[in-house]
Amino acid sequence: MRPLNARRPILRVDPAPTKWAYRMQRLWLTPVFRALLRVGLPAFVLVSVAGLFLADPARRDAIAGGIAEVREQFQNRPEFMVRLVSVVGASPELADAVRARLALTLPLSSFDIDLTAVRARIQDLDAVARADLIVRSGGVLEVAITERVPALLWRTETGIEMLDATGHRVASLAARTDRPDLPIIAGEGADSAAPEALALLAAAAPILPRLRGLVRVGDRRWDVVLDRNQRILLPDEKPIAAIERLIALHQAGDLLGRDILAVDLRTDHRPVLRLAPFALNQLRQSMGIDTSGSQL
Amino acid sequence: MTDLYQAQRAMRNMRRAAMQRGVIAILDIGTSKIACLILRFDGAQGFGDETVGPMAGQSSFRVIGAATTRSRGVRFGEISVMAETERAVRTAVQAAQKMANVRVDHVIACFSGAEPRSYGLAGEIELEDSVVTEQDVARVLSACDVPDIGQGREVLHAQPVNFALDHRSGLGDPRGQIGNRLATDMHLLSIDGTVVQNILHCIQRCDLELAGMASSAYVSGISSLVEDEQELGAACIDMGGGSSGISIFIKKHMIYADAVRMGGDHVTSDISKGLMVPMAVAERIKTKHGGVHATGMDDREMIEVGGDSGDWEKDRRQISRTELIGIMRPRVEEILEEVRERLDAAGFDSLPSQQIVLTGGASQIPGLDGLASRILGQRVRLGRPLRVQGLPQAATGAAFSSAVGLCLFAAHPQDEWWDFEIPTERYPARSLKRVVKWFKDNW
Repeated sequence: MRPLNARRPILRVDPAPTKWAYRMQRLWLTPVFRALLRVGLPAFVLVSVAGLFLADPARRDAIAGGIAEVREQFQNRPEFMVRLVSVVGASPELADAVRARLALTLPLSSFDIDLTAVRARIQDLDAVARADLIVRSGGVLEVAITERVPALLWRTETGIEMLDATGHRVASLAARTDRPDLPIIAGEGADSAAPEALALLAAAAPILPRLRGLVRVGDRRWDVVLDRNQRILLPDEKPIAAIERLIALHQAGDLLGRDILAVDLRTDHRPVLRLAPFALNQLRQSMGIDTSGSQL
Repeated sequence: MTDLYQAQRAMRNMRRAAMQRGVIAILDIGTSKIACLILRFDGAQGFGDETVGPMAGQSSFRVIGAATTRSRGVRFGEISVMAETERAVRTAVQAAQKMANVRVDHVIACFSGAEPRSYGLAGEIELEDSVVTEQDVARVLSACDVPDIGQGREVLHAQPVNFALDHRSGLGDPRGQIGNRLATDMHLLSIDGTVVQNILHCIQRCDLELAGMASSAYVSGISSLVEDEQELGAACIDMGGGSSGISIFIKKHMIYADAVRMGGDHVTSDISKGLMVPMAVAERIKTKHGGVHATGMDDREMIEVGGDSGDWEKDRRQISRTELIGIMRPRVEEILEEVRERLDAAGFDSLPSQQIVLTGGASQIPGLDGLASRILGQRVRLGRPLRVQGLPQAATGAAFSSAVGLCLFAAHPQDEWWDFEIPTERYPARSLKRVVKWFKDNW
């Protein structure tokens, strides 16, 4: 008699792995295969899904359009809008010129303003030495201007220009009398030698009341023109030393007060004076030379 | 012979390649269990401590995976059902790989069956030059006259045990020494070729490559004999499930190996027949209550035999432990007597030290050492395998001595005959080495 509650015989499962299970486990333990499956396969799936999605040009355009729209919306938010331009540190005429030069159609998003280009455009104005652009809160574009200070007048064939200390043009001038305080220079290439001209003028301070201006000769050297059409011809090298020597001569013997047409200092060891014709005759007569009837 | 020479050389190269890759598997194909250990070699520097020397290669590896499974299709240490054995090997290898989390491709296997037979070989040559060179060693090894090992048998181990130069014997390494006559003694272990073929085939069917083979008697001797026993002379008896291996060591060389085709499974089958119970129940009774010495206490200790027949009388049987011992003891005695015979035949009496070490799964029968000392001699002890790094606690018992020994064998193999150079005379006629030798001889 068998007991009724006898345990069912347990179905013994073969503990051995099947050939394929064994091979699969060995394959899975192969490092290359494992790396391929764990990194390579997900990467491949991701790339292929993204590639398939983007293969359609309409989807690509939609994505690009969406991005551009969001960008546009963000940039056009009121806190980024510029409504006002304030020009600081410029005379009213220059301020108007700067405003005209800015050529901004306000209101405009501050993202759309190319500050570097605008700054370069403003600095192209001759009267502007330096411009600083800041977008202030409240939608204000502040343009801080440093103006060029005129230091010289330059008389050219077409008119009179004002130059600053570096020789850069500031503005045109209608008449000399508008700025009688500024010294005048003339001649081709005088503007590029403006610093030297200012140094010469400083050195020639003792004879300044008599000075009419400086003339650049041959874009190489300076002539100092005094009243009574007297000229001082300066050398192209070390003109300041030459003019200081001349002033020393003038102060010692009142050289320029005499009847002289020109003082030629171009060779430094031998200054040459050119006398007026009357003075020459006087000199010859005093030396006992008869010059009557001679043109010389 | 040259075939095997090439095969063994190929296996040696494979083993070297596997060690280079750092991972190798150990497979102990036994009658009762199949054990697989996975070793990682990462050099001695991995362990840092300078006080630990190389220790014969033990410190250079670490066991990273271990698995055991019930053996199937193996009888007397030989494969009898190929497909079953293949499944068991797959189970063990897969579990060990899972534990180690690496894939292994190379396997070193050991087995206990295949009727190992030992031969002592002697060879002698006159040295051409008075200094012994590698070529001279190769020549003396090839000068050994190989006995007729029989049809279909192959050489498993061929280890030079001793070198003698003129009258000085016991040289370990004669190279560079000066003398006239070089002689060698070699120990050759032959086994049945078909068994090797079966194991090779079985391992190949598991997608693994065989990188070495060893006799389990030899490797369990390596792991369970301590150093002085190996040096002074000792016998290791590896009592497995289906066969009991015997190996005799002296001067750290194996000089004799044999196997008795009886083991623990026979004890189990005796119990099964005597008590009329299934083998599984018999195995359980043997391991729980087994013994070889009956005392008065054992008469009173009753064991439930049980049975699943449905017959009340049969299912409620009880036997005393004395009866169980009465069944087990004759068989154990028979095994030990057989071992005694083999040891006598090998001339174990004449060794200076006659230590006997019992190991293997069947050596765990309580009281076996007392019984063995009556039959085998006074100096008997039970051996457990050496400790190696990373071996799980479950695999440190006497049953794993051949697996652990195989680890040591893999890490620090003994020079075999095929590890030496091939003598120049054996090269093909057009070989470059032959030309070099001709030049050396004539100038």
